[in-house]
Amino acid sequence: MNTLPQQLANGLFLGSMYGLIAIGYTMVYGIVQLINFAHGEIFMTGGFGALTVYLALPDGISMWIALPAMLVGGALVAVLIAVGAERFAYRPLRGAPRLAPLITAIGLSLALQQLVFNLYPNAKAARVFPQLPFGPYHLGSVTVQSGDLFLIIAAPVCMAILAFFVRLSRTGRAMQATAQDPDTAQLMGIDTNRIIVIAFAIGGLFAAVAGTAYGLKYGSVSYDMGFLAGLKAFTAAVLGGIGNIYGAMLGGLVLGVAEAMATAYIADVPGMHQLGGQGWAPVWAFVLLILVLLFRPQGLLGERVADRA
Amino acid sequence: MRQRSLVILTSVLTTGALTLTACGSRNNDSKGGDSGNITVTIGVDAPLTGQNSATGLGIQYGAQIAVDDANKNKTVPGVTFKIKALDDKAIPATGQQNATQLVAEKDVLGVVGPLNSGVATQMQQVLDTANLVEISPSNTAPELTQGKDWQSKKVRPFKTYFRTATTDALQGAFAADYAYNGLHKKKAFVVDDKQTYGAGLSKIFKEQFTKQGGKVIGTDHVSVGDRDFSTLVTKIKNSGADILYYGGQYDESQVLTKQLKDAGAKIPLFGGDGMFTPTYIKTAGKASEGDLATSIGVPVDTLPAAKDFVATYKAKKYPGDYGTYGSYSYDATTAIIKAVGQVIKDGKLPDDARAKVVDAVQHNSFDGISGKISFDEFGDTTNKQLTVYQVVNGAWKSVKSGVANPK
Repeated sequence: MNTLPQQLANGLFLGSMYGLIAIGYTMVYGIVQLINFAHGEIFMTGGFGALTVYLALPDGISMWIALPAMLVGGALVAVLIAVGAERFAYRPLRGAPRLAPLITAIGLSLALQQLVFNLYPNAKAARVFPQLPFGPYHLGSVTVQSGDLFLIIAAPVCMAILAFFVRLSRTGRAMQATAQDPDTAQLMGIDTNRIIVIAFAIGGLFAAVAGTAYGLKYGSVSYDMGFLAGLKAFTAAVLGGIGNIYGAMLGGLVLGVAEAMATAYIADVPGMHQLGGQGWAPVWAFVLLILVLLFRPQGLLGERVADRA
Repeated sequence: MRQRSLVILTSVLTTGALTLTACGSRNNDSKGGDSGNITVTIGVDAPLTGQNSATGLGIQYGAQIAVDDANKNKTVPGVTFKIKALDDKAIPATGQQNATQLVAEKDVLGVVGPLNSGVATQMQQVLDTANLVEISPSNTAPELTQGKDWQSKKVRPFKTYFRTATTDALQGAFAADYAYNGLHKKKAFVVDDKQTYGAGLSKIFKEQFTKQGGKVIGTDHVSVGDRDFSTLVTKIKNSGADILYYGGQYDESQVLTKQLKDAGAKIPLFGGDGMFTPTYIKTAGKASEGDLATSIGVPVDTLPAAKDFVATYKAKKYPGDYGTYGSYSYDATTAIIKAVGQVIKDGKLPDDARAKVVDAVQHNSFDGISGKISFDEFGDTTNKQLTVYQVVNGAWKSVKSGVANPK
């Protein structure tokens, strides 16, 4: 049986999730040149927010009603934390050397992990997440799980809304202007502080969708799920060209497919048996990243811009 | 000024975060009794949070109950025992730090744990140098007691290390035998988590399964913490395997089995004692139905001697799963307590109490709650019982108990 279609699909599902998280890295970087290393934890709190809403709802409620409520709850939590992080951790350091907010981001990431670990009930081990009660679907030789279905619908929809928002709305154009030149944008009457808050909020929103998708796909959420996922998503953002929202999505998809292909087929290449399989997938993903950066240092869709002083 | 206060707030948060990670959570569940004026501490090292913590907490509270019983029954007159439980988070380096900490505390006369064989490899040397006895209720990697070349020449590397669990040489063979002869499976796909325990167990399974006449048609490795196995399960499904053997812990296998069944592969997942826990069934749900696991000893609920233990564990509402290693932890702790009782003279501990406790444990023999407890010349338990469990109607049910006979 030909496994290629299924493996490609596996990669795309995984990549969609990386892409959703990567949006948060890229939006923030595009506007304030900050790598928000706490974003993986914002993704994690989004998942826990959705779980909390589910637990608060009466038992046995239909997932058709619960899921939208969970998304709203997860988004509220993630956006609140993202905006709070901007307001209380990053804004005071905006004039500081770049290293200061970076270290703050790492500290914040650890703090959020420990807060959930210590304060959320029974979060010291993975918590079971509710599942969508349908699927799996079979399309030819490809099997699609309910969690994957949610991802492949949610990711393009979110992406399309974001694209329209950035291109057509007043706020979206103000964001582009701020990204290009924050000082001039401010002189033109754009409230850059508000734009930065919106960038963090959109990142949090996407992270919450990804966090809920993670729970639906893998059946559990845990306090440390943001670390690896955040790292992969950051890689995806760099791969696609950090600062570019389409690049983040593309980078996520390329990374997901690359990992799937590496797991599935590298071991079958003669002489490469020891270098293939699940355990080696991240290694190949990073090999790909290095190769792309060697030939296109700005990433797949990134633009080469002179470093602003 | 306002700016500065925010900077200070941020740095306080950062420092707090770093401090929290550095400390982790240390539980010090010591309840003093009044049975004596000498206090002896028994260290416990196991994963108490995060990965493997469901089974790890079973070790901590198994030891706690043993100590409470000893204090209540005045097993050693004049001595009050207490537990110092340290969390190793299933990380070898953390286990080593914990070992160093326990060695430094003068009233620690024995250590129960760790859970993971990989952690044990980093603790053995530290405890051996300090002559501090260590009894693991769950380590199953053969090289811990029989040396690196255990298949050809057995040499005991550390004289202070003992275990109340049997080895993977027997467990892997027992599983292979049951898979081939009991389940009539002929084609196995073998996956492990690259850790000392998982890789060792799956290697032994592979060898024994092939010797029986079965075929290993594919192998792969996952990383601890992996949650996406979609590519791997597609590979397994298309390999035509009729059983998946997994060497590793429940954290990964509970997700792996769910994704495997979701993908439409109707083959059971078979694993070792690391995944024999109710948490596995709780997380995997219906997907776990029909899965199998070997575990050390006979089912704890069927042991008449363990009845009180199980009742106490439930009554005190201790967290974690007592069924996997709880009774072995109880017996390991009791072995140390009894050894202390033999060492003590006229109500006083000798100067070289630690070394004497090691000797006493080596020659000890008593009826524990999991069976007869005594150790052979390698520090391995003489109790070689193993049981195969299967998930039936959402619960682990024992299907076969016995002693492995590796071919």
